[in-house]
Formats: sequence, C-alpha cells, structure tokens
Amino acid sequence: MPRPLMIANASGFWGDQPDAAARLVAARPDLDYLTFDYLAEVSLSIMAAVRAKDPDAGYARDFIETLRSLVTFYQGGGKTRIVTNAGGLDPLACARAGRDVLAAAGLNRLRIAVVTGDNVLPLLRADHPAKCNPIGYTSSGPEGTNLDTGEPVDRVAARLVTANAYLGAAPIAAALRAGADIVITGRTADPSLTVGPCLAHFGWAEDAWDQIAGATVAGHLIECGTQVCGGFSTDWLELPDHHDIGCPIVEVAADGSCVVTKPAGTGGAVTVPTVKEQLLYEIGDPGNYLSPDVTVSFLKLAVTADGENRVRVAGATGRAPTDSYKVSATYRDGYKAHGLLTIYGHDAVKKARAAGEGLLRRLQARGCVFRETLVECLGTGDSVKGLGRRTKEADLIETILRVSVAADRKEPVERFTREIAPLVTCGPQGVTGYATGRPKVLPVFAYWPCLIPKARVAPQWQLLDSP
Amino acid sequence: MIPLRQIAHARSGDKGDSANIAVFARDAAHYPWLREHLTAATVQTYFAPLNPGPVTRYEAPNLAALNFILPGVLAGGGSRSLRLDAQGKTLGMALLEMPVPDPETGSPEHTD
Repeated sequence: MPRPLMIANASGFWGDQPDAAARLVAARPDLDYLTFDYLAEVSLSIMAAVRAKDPDAGYARDFIETLRSLVTFYQGGGKTRIVTNAGGLDPLACARAGRDVLAAAGLNRLRIAVVTGDNVLPLLRADHPAKCNPIGYTSSGPEGTNLDTGEPVDRVAARLVTANAYLGAAPIAAALRAGADIVITGRTADPSLTVGPCLAHFGWAEDAWDQIAGATVAGHLIECGTQVCGGFSTDWLELPDHHDIGCPIVEVAADGSCVVTKPAGTGGAVTVPTVKEQLLYEIGDPGNYLSPDVTVSFLKLAVTADGENRVRVAGATGRAPTDSYKVSATYRDGYKAHGLLTIYGHDAVKKARAAGEGLLRRLQARGCVFRETLVECLGTGDSVKGLGRRTKEADLIETILRVSVAADRKEPVERFTREIAPLVTCGPQGVTGYATGRPKVLPVFAYWPCLIPKARVAPQWQLLDSP
Repeated sequence: MIPLRQIAHARSGDKGDSANIAVFARDAAHYPWLREHLTAATVQTYFAPLNPGPVTRYEAPNLAALNFILPGVLAGGGSRSLRLDAQGKTLGMALLEMPVPDPETGSPEHTD
C-alpha cells in the first residue's frame, strides 16, 4: 500500500500571498507537491491585454518570483515537486524564465516540463463565419455555443481575445512520470493540478473512476488556497489567528480519499464546516461535477473530523468524463470605468445619490452615450441592492459614492473619468477621498463559456532542454 | 423570527454570470427543516431585487447542504458587470440575513 501523497496549494489565484510557498516548505519540507493556481475565468484576457504591450508577459510572472523564493530550499536538497498553470497564454516562455532562475542558482538538476495545446482560439475564431475554415470547422455549428445563453459563437468570433480548453491531468502525469520536477501548464482544470501527481504516483487504471474522483475532490478542496482553512468562511471572525491562515495540504490515499490539513503553527482552522463550504464553492449540481478527467458525484462523500485541523473526506464516486472540454473564451466588449468619492455629513446618502445621478445627467447632456450606468452608495447595503438592509439611509453619516459607466466606445468612458473630480467643487459639502486620482478606463473582456469536442484538441507535453 | 445564519452557514461564488450559494445546516437535525422551508421559490423571491433567472436547488443530504444556482444574477459577471460585487461574493452573507421562523419554537404563525 503506497503511503499517502502530500500535496499543498500555495496560490489560489493570480495575486495571492507571495511568500506562501517559501513558508510552506519551511514548515513542511516533506511535502511531495506544491500546486499553484493562477487562472480565474478571465485571467487569460488580462494576460492578453498585458502581452499586447509586452510580448514576454503572457504568463504569471509572479510565479518566477515565487520560484526564486524557493531556490534556497532546493539548494538545500528540497525534493518537493511543483505543478502550476502559471504558464497562462505562454507556458514555454514561463518555463524558460523559470529555467533561467534555476540555472543561475546552479539548480540544473531540476527538470521543467511544459503542457501545451489548450489554445483553441484558431478553432473558434472565424473571420468568415459563413464558410468552413481550413480544418473543416464550421463556426455556425453547435461548437462554441455559449453554455449560459445558447448564443452561437459567430456573434463574437471576430472579437475573441482568448479561447482555452480546460485540459486534464493526463499530460501532467505523463510529464511527471518522465521525471519532471516542475510542470508548467496553460489553462488546465484546477483540480487536475492535483489529479496529475496522483495519477503518476498511484498508477491507477485509466478507468479507476472512484479513485480519480477522490483526487479531483482533493484538488477542488485546495484549489482556492486558504479558503478551505477558514478563509472566506461564514464564521471567519471566530477563527484562531486569522491574520495568518495556513495554506492547505491534502494527504491523498491510494483509494482516492484524503485528509485536509495545514501546517502546524499557522492560523485559521480546518474543520468540517470550512471543508464543506469549500466543497460546494462554485459548484453546480453536486451529483455531476464535470472535470476533464472524470464526472464526480459528491452525494456519497463523508466529511469527518480526524483530529485537530484534520478533516477526512472519503466516498467520492466517479464515472467516465464527457467527450468535451470546457472552453473559457473571452471577447472584447467595449470599455468601463468606476469612480469613487466619499460623502460625509447629514443626508450623506441623499447627497451622494443626487451627486452621482447629477453627474450622469451632465454627461448625457454633453452627448455621452453609455450602454449601462450604475450609482451605488456603499455602506447602505448596495453591494446587494434591495436586500438585507439593516439601517435607515438617514442614519448614515457617511457613504462612498461609486458611479460606473460602460460604453461600446472609449470616448464617453474617458470623458466620465474626467468628471469625477469636479464634484469636489460642484458637489455637496463634505465630499472627500478624491486623492487617488482619475479612475482608469478599463477594456471589458467578456466571458464566453463553451464546449469543444476532445477529439479536436491535442494536449501535449515536453521536457525543456537544459540551457 | 431569527436570521438564517443562526441555524446555517453558507458560501457563495460565481461561474460566469451565474452564482451559486451553498447553505449548510449547522446542526444536521435542522436539515429537514431547511429542506422544507428554504426552497428554490423562497430564494427566488428573496433575491428578486437582483433579478436572477429561474433558481435551481440541489440537495446534498450527506453534507446537510442545499446548493442554489442563480443564473444571470451578476449583471454580466466577472469583468463585465458594473456592480461592486461582480462575483457574487456577498450573496451567501445576504442569504444568511434572511429572517426565518425558529425551527425550535414552531411555525411562523406562532412566532415573531
């Protein structure tokens, strides 16, 4: 019976705590794997925007800094392997940058592998929607149809910026079996970053669906980093040392069950409630959790305490995955901006609303056309407008006015960003908080979720040559 | 009436323009009560100001959980929505503020 595989997560999103990995391996040098997730739904479109200005910026450069922070650990003989989707749009460039860091530190022994093949933009982008493109794909077919709205991809094909399939664990596992110490992928299903090491370690049969389902659950539980250790939990305020919540570790057993835990001496808590909350985080039907590796049912899972800050999760059941990959595509959809001002004094909310609506009226009178506008008064419960309000607006002495606009064209949005500051002199008395300067005009990259048959996608992996 | 959070905990998140809210009975003994009273229709009505599409409810009795899917509730979601909370981070907290009759003391007619 092989021993459990210890897999930690040191990044739940692009921008997570930069020293998490170094602290994890300092506390637990025995970890088998560190995983890092950098890619939320629209992260790749942000990379695409940055890369348009800097061709070498198509990946999460934060990861290279993180790798640098692990150099001392590896020089001291550290053996923990790494799996990450930091490669973003350009896994190869990410891997080369990582190799440079390792080479400079005399760590040529560490082998880096790259997983590619997730980019399906050429398949979805059709300049001439009525015709077939060279690979025989007709854009008017059901492929690419928006999963949420049912709209055909033709509507946005010309404006697509990124389209990446969520690849599975198989290429990661193959690279690890070939001896890779670090696997860098582009878009990969988040749990597959954990399933890959499990496949390589346990040697499960391809149709060991229950085991693969268990590993998928383990990966899902740690993919958002500290969230399973009490971060974002309902009872966060009651957690011990919530200023320093530990990163999660799953100990995956050969049967696919796991124990969720965290390093000793860290804050937060791994409890049945924190694990259950994360289990259903961003989930649809808990009886049909779709991953590229397996379709999982959570409905026979048993979540039980297994000592202090240890929770056992067992009983995942799986069946063969679908024959499609989910694709996360993004397309250009105009521009937006948000402006903030603080209003203090009697009738603060009334004044804030009047100032915000007045601003929009002034802009419209000057010929600005917006497709959408929004006035929010923060502090009143406007984050969920119309719900859960506990105080009367008249009782609030202070509010933050947040005004937002969106337009297909950039000009009206730009004009809006110049009209916030004038409220300091033409708005109500008690306006403050304008020192952060003009708001930025943000390009909107809208989200287009769709499916693509697995047969049309060719995941690949390769070991990077030494420098 | 008591706020739902006294008998339940929750977590919400986004998928595109949809959000899910998972609600868990703090005490498994209250799960049947939750299942009976916290229906898709109740949640639909409660969140009506945010204009969601038809709400779906999934049950996970092994987790003493109900999972609600609120399609189109994020006014465009992720990068497109103009809302401060474009990703549904607040929806779990909002639902936990829902006033409900105390399951220990009986039906709504006899409380308040």
